[in-house]
Amino acid sequence: MMKGLHVHGVSHAFDGHPVLDNASLTIPAGELVCLLGPSGSGKSTLLRIAAGLERLQRGRITIDEQVVAEPGTHVPPEDRGIGLMFQDYALFPHLTIVDNVTFGLSRQPRHRARKRAMEMLEQVGMEGHAGKHPHMLSGGQQQRVALARALAPEPRLVLLDEPFSGLDTSMRAKIREDTLSVLKQSGIATLMVTHDPEEAMFMADRIKVLSHDGRILQAGRPADIYYQPVDEYVAMLFGHMNLIHGVVSEGAVDSPMGRIAVDGIDEGRAVKVLIRPEGFVLTNGVDGGVGTPVEVISTHLLGHSSIVRLRVREGKNMGAEFQVRVPGSFDAAEKGRLSARIDAHHAFVYPEG
Amino acid sequence: MTSMVARTAGAAWRRTDWRSWANGWTLGTMAIALAVMVPVIAVITLAFNPSDDIWRHLASTVLPMYIGTTLQLMVGVGIGTFMIGVGSAWLVTMCRFPGRRVFEWALLLPMAVPAYVIAYVYTDILEYAGPLQKGLREIFGWTGKSQYWFPEIRSLGGAVSMMTLVLYPYVYMLSRAAFLEQSVCVLEASRVLGRGPWRSFFSVALPLARPAIVIGVSLVLMETLNDFGTVDFFAVNTFTLGIFDVWLNMNNVAGAAQLASLLLLFVVALIFLERFSRRKQRFHHTTTKYKALPGYRLAGTIGALSFAACFIPVLLGFLLPSGVLAAYAVTYFEDAANPAVLAHAANSVMLSSLAAVLAVAVAIFMAYGVRIKGGKVLKAVARLASMGYAVPGSVLAVGVIVSLASLDNAVDGFFRETFGISTGLLFSGTIAAVTFGYLVRFLALSYGTVEASLSKVTPNMEGAARCLGHGPFSTMRRVHVPLIKSSVLTAAILVFVDCMKELPMTVILRPFNFQTLATFVHQYASDEQLGEASLAALAIVGTGILPVLFLSMAITRSRPGHGRQGEVS
Repeated sequence: MMKGLHVHGVSHAFDGHPVLDNASLTIPAGELVCLLGPSGSGKSTLLRIAAGLERLQRGRITIDEQVVAEPGTHVPPEDRGIGLMFQDYALFPHLTIVDNVTFGLSRQPRHRARKRAMEMLEQVGMEGHAGKHPHMLSGGQQQRVALARALAPEPRLVLLDEPFSGLDTSMRAKIREDTLSVLKQSGIATLMVTHDPEEAMFMADRIKVLSHDGRILQAGRPADIYYQPVDEYVAMLFGHMNLIHGVVSEGAVDSPMGRIAVDGIDEGRAVKVLIRPEGFVLTNGVDGGVGTPVEVISTHLLGHSSIVRLRVREGKNMGAEFQVRVPGSFDAAEKGRLSARIDAHHAFVYPEG
Repeated sequence: MTSMVARTAGAAWRRTDWRSWANGWTLGTMAIALAVMVPVIAVITLAFNPSDDIWRHLASTVLPMYIGTTLQLMVGVGIGTFMIGVGSAWLVTMCRFPGRRVFEWALLLPMAVPAYVIAYVYTDILEYAGPLQKGLREIFGWTGKSQYWFPEIRSLGGAVSMMTLVLYPYVYMLSRAAFLEQSVCVLEASRVLGRGPWRSFFSVALPLARPAIVIGVSLVLMETLNDFGTVDFFAVNTFTLGIFDVWLNMNNVAGAAQLASLLLLFVVALIFLERFSRRKQRFHHTTTKYKALPGYRLAGTIGALSFAACFIPVLLGFLLPSGVLAAYAVTYFEDAANPAVLAHAANSVMLSSLAAVLAVAVAIFMAYGVRIKGGKVLKAVARLASMGYAVPGSVLAVGVIVSLASLDNAVDGFFRETFGISTGLLFSGTIAAVTFGYLVRFLALSYGTVEASLSKVTPNMEGAARCLGHGPFSTMRRVHVPLIKSSVLTAAILVFVDCMKELPMTVILRPFNFQTLATFVHQYASDEQLGEASLAALAIVGTGILPVLFLSMAITRSRPGHGRQGEVS
């Protein structure tokens, strides 16, 4: 028997407008899968269908091999054994923190429920706030309580809806880490939806990228999504890209910084080359650097890294501009004459059109 | 594995259960809404299918007078309540002068006094044989009516004054809320751009508050149309009085229904005005930044004038009438506190509690139906069902009588045919009929309150409870009920108090020989026996103070930072 969540061919539409198109995914126990997509892509809908808050239209959903939803069958949310954490946390304002957590434990004797709730609060570091009411907590604290509340009944499946979007950037990293460790300890299958690629990369064992119209564009480990995006859309998820237009000849395409090998695209086809800002290797010209001579137009220090704008100095592509990300700060004057070449791992070629 | 099968089977059973349950909810909501709309539908149907055509007769005789008088009354009360309501609201909200803190809530007090009660009291004071004229005659040595001029209280002007005095709090309350919500920043911007406080008021604050003021005035006018006690006592020939006259004195139900549906046209206009303003109100929120209110300091003559401007409405609308009633109650205690009055009070409390419980239960049911099933149709139906507050009691009474009579006839006919027994009139002239009338008219109060508080429970909270293993009913019990409890109580009290004061419907719909405090007061005061009715009237006023307290607390809390510190919002 396979533990975990199995979503099979789920399609969904609101008023005839499709938001999910034949979506399938499997999450074994202990794994965290992330649905990554823009807002309105139906990712939250899939979550709500899995939870039973939205009625399934087409497809099938099983949890621990029990069919919980298919056309004609709808197990109500309270019988599905799931823990759902809402984007706005949805803590009950009239209950104390500990009562919020015991809310899902009503089938247990009171003292056992309370003990379990306190354990969970301890696990998320909120045991000191047990007697308070939700409005007295900060956003980050509310998030922890929501997580404890979702996990307390030992659900078969955990669903997280944009779990960190309500938090300040300063505390997000820490809470993300804590959440991940709590989830990993629990060993429960987890489905999380987010529109933030970085969050997905950090949290997920596997990522499913959803398109605007609710199709799953790509599924894979975070590294697959980052290094082998199947199309321009997936590649662009991680921010600005440098774009070059070219034509395939002799199994490669010409770029201002040398030829880039092309695989699986017909000879003579017009192609787009997308290069990540971090996909450039800069070398000092004086040291006999390899690549195309470039000059620096501007630099912007961001903290961990710098954005450098470069212009090709000579050759037939003279004047072409690129945006490059380099670690740490970057002092153009100190570097002197620069050469740049493209790191093939960060360059992706797709047919035009 | 067995447990798994059992679990799945249980879930499947529950599935069908949930579906039919939700369907029942839709049907129930529809049925209630329909039942509530029946009286109005009955009136209109009857009016357009008259057995004898009296339209022309009405139009050529009394109709122009009814329309003219009603319009004059509306214009008078509208202007009066606007001046007093907006003026006092502005003073109390934006200025600082002696007594302001007290006036904030005291200005609401006249709301506790029904117009008919104040009318009896002032008639008693101001009529020819009353203490005031008597005193004047003694002082100046006049001996007859022809020797001096004194305004006749039992007139259109008198009715306008009486209603203005007790209805202005609607305008006060809503415009004060609007002034409180206005960002002081826009007023400051106006001042910085070179306009003084007065010009800022007229060019910025008043236009911004306009939607709220219009809502207030339309509520006032709805109450004006509803009034029966005052116009009856003063013999001011309004539509409402016309309906009673045509029906009870001319024994012409169809004619009454026709007048009633004409009156409904006025009501529709008012509803439209109110809804339209409510929609506009949303766009009048300019910023969300709140600062302490400016608090123009008014001292000396201006301070004294401000004090007077706020004190006079409270004095005339509440202090004086309740003082007079209290004095009467003391003087005529033996006559006023007889067992019959206690019985009437018990009747009032019983009827009002029944209606309050029913109105709240129905409101919760409907608000839930709309929430669970959503849908435009259901929403529209629920909204229609809560239009009763705008329909004058006289119109509803006609509708209830007519529809219950046909129901009685139908039931009677059915039993005669099938069992050969006559059931007679089962519903007409019963407590059930009165309660139904109350429900129709005051459902809006409870529905609005419940719906507003239900919106505090977000759909995600519902979802969270469901995911945590609680079924729909457990969710309702453990999440919704605790969260909406206090609002439900407020709703019940609001309905209760309005039922205690209600006159026109009770007069028509009550069982034979059945008296409530309101009908008792009406009957005795109309016979110039205010002394005997004083304690009963005082009881009505006393209950009326309850919602005033709620409202004054709510109004102060509505502005962030204006209420007590650290309070949970």
